[in-house]
Amino acid sequence: MNATMHDVLTAILVLAGATMCLAAGIGLIRFPDVLSRLHAATKPQIFGLMAVTADVAINNFSVRTVTLVVAIVVFQALTAPMAAHLVGRAAYDTAHLRPDLLIVDELQEHRADR
Amino acid sequence: MMLQVVAVVAGFMFGVGALLAVYRIVVGPSVLDRVIASDVLVATVVCALGAEMALNRHTDTLPVLLVLALFAVLGSLSVARFLPTRDNA
Repeated sequence: MNATMHDVLTAILVLAGATMCLAAGIGLIRFPDVLSRLHAATKPQIFGLMAVTADVAINNFSVRTVTLVVAIVVFQALTAPMAAHLVGRAAYDTAHLRPDLLIVDELQEHRADR
Repeated sequence: MMLQVVAVVAGFMFGVGALLAVYRIVVGPSVLDRVIASDVLVATVVCALGAEMALNRHTDTLPVLLVLALFAVLGSLSVARFLPTRDNA
């Protein structure tokens, strides 16, 4: 891989991560309730992290780097959905959401059945 | 030359994203909004550290990213788990 292609790949992946972070910030301001803000917030946590760590792994391709990058992405993929799920469930339980924005509410149907 | 321009543009985007997250932490309105915004702030810091590593071609802060990926969850997890019901704080 020649130097120009290397630089272009680095630029694309860094800008992808930066775009995710900017989009998450804008989504936090623009979206109306907790659940939709949660949707915007979880994008940079996985996709932005994957973009920049893949970039680091490409630039310094060695066993140590690739192992650390895989561990980072795996642990983030384990912990980020856990936090998002708990926050979403807490928002539902404490009525921090707007019921008029929900298209379908399967949790309420599930709880009504029991 | 191109990478310098990319660094400035990406730094601007990281900065604006972090400032918007801080704004959401300040104005709320609910504690869950603040928790989500602080998660976004941590994710922005992680992405910025990774971008700096990628642009400067070193791997010094990868262990920092590993620790943040493991433990950044604890704050939002404890707040969401022990949030009292019908709380408007």
